[in-house]
Amino acid sequence: MARDNIDLINLENAGVRRDNRWLVRGIDLRIRKGEIVTIIGPNGAGKSTTAKLAVGTIRADEGCVQRQAGLRVGYVPQKLHIDPALPMRVDRLLDLTAKVSLDQKKQALDAVGAPHLATAFVQDLSGGEFQRILLARAMVRRPNLLVLDEPVQGVDFASEAMLYNLIRQIRDSTGCGVLMISHDLHIVMADTDTVLCLNGHICCSGSPDSVVSNPEYLRLFGAHDTAALAVYRHDHDHIQNPDGTVQHADGSISESCHPDKHEHNRDGHDHV
Amino acid sequence: MGMIMFDDFFIRALFAGIGLAVVVGPLGCLIIWRKMAFFGDTLAHAALLGIALAILIDVSSLIAVPFVTLASCVAMMIAKRTPSLSSDTILAILAHSTLALGLVLVSVTGGRNVDVNGLLFGDILAVDTNDLLVIYAGGGAILAIVIWQWRRLVAATLSPEIAEAEGLSPQRTEWLFMMLIALVVSIAVKLVGVLLITALMIIPAAAARRLVTSPEMMAVLASILGVVGVIAGLYGSAEFDTPSGPSIILAGALLLLGLTVVPRRLSAANDSTAHHHHHDEAGHDPK
Repeated sequence: MARDNIDLINLENAGVRRDNRWLVRGIDLRIRKGEIVTIIGPNGAGKSTTAKLAVGTIRADEGCVQRQAGLRVGYVPQKLHIDPALPMRVDRLLDLTAKVSLDQKKQALDAVGAPHLATAFVQDLSGGEFQRILLARAMVRRPNLLVLDEPVQGVDFASEAMLYNLIRQIRDSTGCGVLMISHDLHIVMADTDTVLCLNGHICCSGSPDSVVSNPEYLRLFGAHDTAALAVYRHDHDHIQNPDGTVQHADGSISESCHPDKHEHNRDGHDHV
Repeated sequence: MGMIMFDDFFIRALFAGIGLAVVVGPLGCLIIWRKMAFFGDTLAHAALLGIALAILIDVSSLIAVPFVTLASCVAMMIAKRTPSLSSDTILAILAHSTLALGLVLVSVTGGRNVDVNGLLFGDILAVDTNDLLVIYAGGGAILAIVIWQWRRLVAATLSPEIAEAEGLSPQRTEWLFMMLIALVVSIAVKLVGVLLITALMIIPAAAARRLVTSPEMMAVLASILGVVGVIAGLYGSAEFDTPSGPSIILAGALLLLGLTVVPRRLSAANDSTAHHHHHDEAGHDPK
């Protein structure tokens, strides 16, 4: 994958204050090209504020925020309700914030395995389909930074694994940076380079493995919870296709990845 | 009806109505998508206050009406920051206070030569050449801005969050949208009156909804259906000797009814393709 040392985003000791209260403070966050950073933390910890700070929709009241010149952001919202009075097909949704060519649209839909949905109305899509389309929409104008706000919320496990796979594939093929917000502490994408554990300030940060064993993390989320914590891992012996089938390392395709056949269980998290 | 259709005032009314209908088509769609019909109503009430002020202090309503509607927009934005009242409540307060104040002011001025009926329901047949100029120049400018900003307007409507993250500043777009509505209401108040402006904006848009597959198609069709409504309404009012403003709205409503009841075919066809996809998906789903 294309990974060099270009900083897309660099926050140093950044803070946001509203009504004489610090929403977040002392945030150090650095996202490089091709890097995946996940922010976790309880409700009200300032995850969204931090993401907004990084993207630049709010200003820092203290500290330093640097963004790569001409940074292009692709954003996947947590949830999106589209009023039924608004006629909106998938191909038009891809055009939402900028005009893109038909070719780009086709590529984006292909990348998420949904070329057949181009003319479907967004209101008719299932939850998993809609998530994929939102991802296609975010990547269609070739962003340098993909920002995802709890992308797998309310999505079943198979779709979740597939979305993570797609995100990784997009990162690999475009070299974009990825900033993900997750409130689900139990599952953090395995390809995450850095986890930022927030609670108004940074409790701890580092690789997924180092964070889950950090005492600050344990204090915040409780030791009893960590028994259930699982870092979602891909053993890269198979790829889940967008239609739900599984392509194994040997090229075969099956309906699912049976543990007996391929020594890999789809529910096989590493319990830490 | 006879010769009335070739009279100058009838032709002027026709042109005025057609021009206005074209301009309000896309704006009406945005109002529907944003569920802001009551906002349009509030501005219409404020426009009445503008007319009353124009009479009272003897300035052109061309200045007084946009001034009051734009000021109402600002008042609304400020009041919205008061978290103790919902925006629905704020709109209602603003709408009815401005209407009440407007009517009181009209009576204070002695009601001389003021046709309250005309204020409430409009008098499109009284349109003069100057009014036509205002509609086509002002309306043309509004339409040009709407077309220029269309992608941003739709994006800010669909998801302010996405628009903001991707650098489109939806807050500014919302301001612009409110101002455009204020201006179009200022233009429209003379033609269809305070009580019917919102209907003029949203009925053609609602009628267009079932027949289209994109926001752009809906905007264009709303303008076309608005024009049809104006023509049908004006000829109807001449034929049956009914008031022009209400006749235009009624024609639009009948059009909406006809288009809603009759053609299920197009949307049924769309539904079936969408369901087909669903079926496909479900079939492959491993779970």
